[in-house]
Amino acid sequence: MSLKIVVLAKQVPDTRNVGPDAMTPEGTVNRAALPAVFNPEDLNALEQALRLKEQFPGSTISVLTMGLPKSAEVIREALYRGADQGYVVTDRPLGGADTLATSYTLSQAIKKIGEYDIILGGRQAIDGDTAQVGPQIAEKLGLTQVTYAEEIISLDPEKKKIVVKRHIDGGVETVEAPLPLVVTVNGSAAPCRPRNAKRVMKYKNATAAAERTPEQAEALAPVIAKKPYLDITQWGAADIDADPAQIGKAGSPTNVKSVQNIVFKAKESRTMSGSDEEIDTLIQELLNEKIIG
Amino acid sequence: MNNVFVYCEIEGQTVADVSLELLTKGRKLANTLGVQLECICAGSKLDGVEKQVMPFGVDKVHVFDAEGLFPYTSNPHTALVVNLFKEEKPQICLMGATVIGRDLGPRVSSALFSGLTADCTELEIGDFDMNVKNADGEMEKKHYVNQLYQIRPAFGGNIVATIVNPEHRPQMATVREGVMKKEVLDPNYKGEVIRHDVAKYVPETEYVVKVLDRHIEKAKHNLKGAAIVVAGGYGMGSKEGFDMLFDLAKELHAEVGASRAAVDAGYADHDRQIGQTGVTVRPKVYIACGISGQIQHIAGMQDAGIIISINSDPNAPINTIADYVINGTVEEVVPKLIKYYKKNSK
Repeated sequence: MSLKIVVLAKQVPDTRNVGPDAMTPEGTVNRAALPAVFNPEDLNALEQALRLKEQFPGSTISVLTMGLPKSAEVIREALYRGADQGYVVTDRPLGGADTLATSYTLSQAIKKIGEYDIILGGRQAIDGDTAQVGPQIAEKLGLTQVTYAEEIISLDPEKKKIVVKRHIDGGVETVEAPLPLVVTVNGSAAPCRPRNAKRVMKYKNATAAAERTPEQAEALAPVIAKKPYLDITQWGAADIDADPAQIGKAGSPTNVKSVQNIVFKAKESRTMSGSDEEIDTLIQELLNEKIIG
Repeated sequence: MNNVFVYCEIEGQTVADVSLELLTKGRKLANTLGVQLECICAGSKLDGVEKQVMPFGVDKVHVFDAEGLFPYTSNPHTALVVNLFKEEKPQICLMGATVIGRDLGPRVSSALFSGLTADCTELEIGDFDMNVKNADGEMEKKHYVNQLYQIRPAFGGNIVATIVNPEHRPQMATVREGVMKKEVLDPNYKGEVIRHDVAKYVPETEYVVKVLDRHIEKAKHNLKGAAIVVAGGYGMGSKEGFDMLFDLAKELHAEVGASRAAVDAGYADHDRQIGQTGVTVRPKVYIACGISGQIQHIAGMQDAGIIISINSDPNAPINTIADYVINGTVEEVVPKLIKYYKKNSK
């Protein structure tokens, strides 16, 4: 029995390493100063998909992303690591989407991909930390979900059942759920395997149409004619039959009213060097004032 | 109709602290709006559960008591919340930013097409103008009153965004445990209890996930409630470096916390993380050791009474909010703190 697996991936600014140049003098986010990376937990999800593929030979892994044309970089990365095909959903009207509009768009794309047994994604993306898109996609597709997954323990394609170990507050639980479903995977799950050198050679020229300059498109056309896998499928809003009222800004119930830099009130502080004498005095003071005891 | 709702999380028969904190906040929002506070208690064997929540000022407790509702699974809880909300049409719904709240909230928001803001650190009511498209597709300024301001750090905690959802109801938000304060309003507060027929809200077909096995461990520490917190950052250098902090904490009867950088580096356990994506603490004394003070960390400890920062970098951002700044390496200073505490406390 083989499985049809969809992996959701997002290209995100690397907010883990925010330097002093990450903000412009006007207080807006300087996206250019942050490298774009494969959302870390989506890589954990990809690894679970690759393990399923090993267990059920003949399975296919389709990686789906939505974003700017350059987000096809995450598709290439997934192809290097073992995914079979990728889909980039990119279109101007999709911009400005909140989690709900994003999940609607992705759910339409998943319907277009067609058959699926399991949809895997990271628990959350590091640029928003909301953890909302996975469950919202599940709801839109009428599927159940297992969030905060640590490991897929077993999957029975005939009985259409999956057993997953997941984190809950203060503990762990093991649940059995029916296929198809959405599973979101934690960062503490098994890390993703590295790129495979042969696959890098095979897919290094794989691109989505929106990424190519006219010259590149012309040069690549004969190559793609022979090797169609080098053409990463690209869809716009119309291709996935998206309702204009449910995508982009129009499909987003949440609005950013204002954004502020965080300014903390500086306190009067006493600075000391850490000499024995000073520490001794500090401890005596704190004890005398019953601050510590 | 049009009231403030809190979804109460229940472990066994006990309502979670985060839900009681949200009831306190919800009561205040309801007062500002001049509406009632209602809550949902869904689980199994919930006789008398209202006694836990009413002292926080709940006017109406919606009880859903059925075998399959504990332990929590996504579909049945989504169904009962969604179907109840279709009848009650709340204007605000608050949930804990816990594993359950973050599993349930997005499903409910998707089913109702309403906006949900995750991990809010403040919730306020306010009025504003906003440009919206009118029926002819032209932009026009519209005035909105009594809206929920959902305030949350964004972009790795470097900015604070105020989110509003003026055109959709309910306005939904999740809040982490410890961010809001829990306060009993009146131990004898009298509200109404409604015991719903669960089958009317949750079709049998929704019970699709089976919990095979479940382990809840008693918390190994009480970081949230500690009077003194000794916290280490990336500057501690290693897991072994943290041993010194445990020694200091033992002397001071303190708990040990850590910054996200230290947790990511594997120096400390995840459950000790302090900050926007971890625990929020309000101790009497906070001793920051080798913590530079990224905004997302400061968000979780800025309300500490006295802040002592030990850092070899005199320009570490955390120093600006510290009461005492000790310029020195943790390796030198921490053993001295232990030594002179032992000497002076006798």
